[in-house]
Amino acid sequence: MPLEVNEKTARTHRIDWAGIFVNLLLPLAGILMALLIGAIMLIILKVNPLTAYAELVKGAFGSASGITQTLVKATPLLLVGLGICIAFRASVINIGGEGQIIAGAIAATWWPLTFRTWPGWILLPTTLIVGFAAGAAWGFIPGILKARLKVNEILSTVMMNAIAIQTMNLLIRSVLMDPAGVTAGTYLAQSERLPEQVWLVRLVPQTLLHAGSLIAVVLAVLVYIFLWRTTLGYRIRAVGFNPEAARFSGINVPFNQALALTLAGGFSGIAGAIEVLGVQHRLLEGITGGYGFSGIVAALFGGLHPLGTIPASILFGALLVGGDSMQRAVQVPNSLISAILGLVVLFVVGSALWTRRWTAKRQIAAMKKGEGQL
Amino acid sequence: MSELLQVSVIVGILTSAIRLATPYLYAAIGETFAQSSGVLNLGVDGIMLVSAYASFFVVLHTGNLWLGLLAAIIVGLLMGLLMSFISVTLKAEQGISGIGLYMFGLGLSSLLFKTTIGTVKTVTGFQPVKIPLLGDIPFLGKIFFNQSLLVYGAFLLVPIAWWVLEKTTWGLKIKSVGQNPAAADSLGVSVDRVRYVSVCLGAILAGIAGASLSISLLNLFQDNLTAGQGFIAVALVYFGGWRPVGVLWGAMLFSIVNAFQLWVQVLGVKIPSDVAIMLPYLLTIAALAITTNRGRQPAALNKPFERGES
Repeated sequence: MPLEVNEKTARTHRIDWAGIFVNLLLPLAGILMALLIGAIMLIILKVNPLTAYAELVKGAFGSASGITQTLVKATPLLLVGLGICIAFRASVINIGGEGQIIAGAIAATWWPLTFRTWPGWILLPTTLIVGFAAGAAWGFIPGILKARLKVNEILSTVMMNAIAIQTMNLLIRSVLMDPAGVTAGTYLAQSERLPEQVWLVRLVPQTLLHAGSLIAVVLAVLVYIFLWRTTLGYRIRAVGFNPEAARFSGINVPFNQALALTLAGGFSGIAGAIEVLGVQHRLLEGITGGYGFSGIVAALFGGLHPLGTIPASILFGALLVGGDSMQRAVQVPNSLISAILGLVVLFVVGSALWTRRWTAKRQIAAMKKGEGQL
Repeated sequence: MSELLQVSVIVGILTSAIRLATPYLYAAIGETFAQSSGVLNLGVDGIMLVSAYASFFVVLHTGNLWLGLLAAIIVGLLMGLLMSFISVTLKAEQGISGIGLYMFGLGLSSLLFKTTIGTVKTVTGFQPVKIPLLGDIPFLGKIFFNQSLLVYGAFLLVPIAWWVLEKTTWGLKIKSVGQNPAAADSLGVSVDRVRYVSVCLGAILAGIAGASLSISLLNLFQDNLTAGQGFIAVALVYFGGWRPVGVLWGAMLFSIVNAFQLWVQVLGVKIPSDVAIMLPYLLTIAALAITTNRGRQPAALNKPFERGES
């Protein structure tokens, strides 16, 4: 994990260009390799990879609507990724993004439908808070199971995903089902449309780009401050950095890990709430868009740093949007993008070995030169 | 509820349970090997998906079930090599590499399915083979001895895996590498090689698990065919305390609950299907919470081994 390197770069005061270069170069090499393997797959499928990738870039960046779409998809990626940064920094592997997004989305649908007469200025913030709380609760369950009963969080979060999906399916076919669909006899598995005062404002008219993107960027800065400028954030990082040392210095390791998982759930919950409030304006199947998994890719790619996750989310948002237009233009299913994302994960975590060894070598060299403070 | 208590229904539930346990058994026994050597392979579901696709595709075009099974084994081996390269040679964080492998398998199988098959089709898979004499025992014969070859294979795997892990030098090597890789290394055991073999063996069995779905139990392929069964298989290894017999009990408990919820729906008992589908997952979390096997967990599980460290 590139964690140790960032630790060092954060502590030295001059800018560590070599460190930034290595931390940037290896992930980029990883994505290039993944795209290369994707190209081989395209050739096997008898599609010219250059045409396909040109369509991908054109779809993501070639037009105003493409760029705004990219930012719309980058928003949940960033929000989920922020939670992943917190969790992974505490050595907690949160695979439960999908379920936490759903929990947030359900809450952010139910709340404004229940209090639909409230004015927007009070309804919107409370809905976001409720979404955060629901996601946090969904992260708290595996968190407390890990802290109290040592239940492996990787497995419990996966199970929580499946439970969330079924809960949502149940709700949108029963109590949350759109009454209009019932009257019309279509029985569509979706909720009623949310009252308009709770919709997130469009930043650019005629596009999908909504204020949620700004909220996500602000939260990224807040998470950065939380992790590096507060005691609580320091404790969370200490727990992940060296649990033994953290324990001996009096930090409650299980508590902080449960807290990290709860916060991670909260951020995924906001992602779900913002998908509902900004994009769909109702709850329906497939609301997660797989962001619970692709958010992990964005966070890893951003070096598990909240600010690094911002450009990483835009990159992967572009990949998702480009994948859709590639599907339309050259009939390559966008599942190719999921496969490429998987390879990116493998290559990025695989390349951490070299980052680690490179850092170690540099430290030894620095110590030999006599400027070695570890 | 009274119709649930009829003998024919109970026989039906148990017969389905034995069938449903098959993919869990292959995948979880395979994962037991990988985890015993210290590697948490979370990509089981991805391996199952690609293998299920590969075997289905081969059977669809050749009609030869054994070739289909071979395809699943080859795909499993290749994905196992990829996983071991990342997690053993490159010493990557295992949980995250497993998720990468899962996403890769999910995307790849869907991509291949959409481009080469397109719509949901069915094939004639492995048929039930009645074992002479034993198959004629009332009730028990139908439940245990009138199943397809892959089902028998899954249950035979349990004693074989036990024997390999407990009674052979290889089993000892696998467990020593999972408990204390540094000590094993100092005694001349190649940690990396043992882990490669264990992960690849686990991946091959995950491949067979995938094939058991697409060419034996369901006889079809569709997007995300496994629906997370590979993850449940990983959980079963924890539940079973890293022992093949424990895994067997876990798989049976799980598939009986699953068969029960399927029959409840078939019989039209009024509970929402979403709640019924949720049951096995709730059960898994509960099982993980109450299970007391954690002391048996391989000490080096999820810890990459590097010489000169620790």
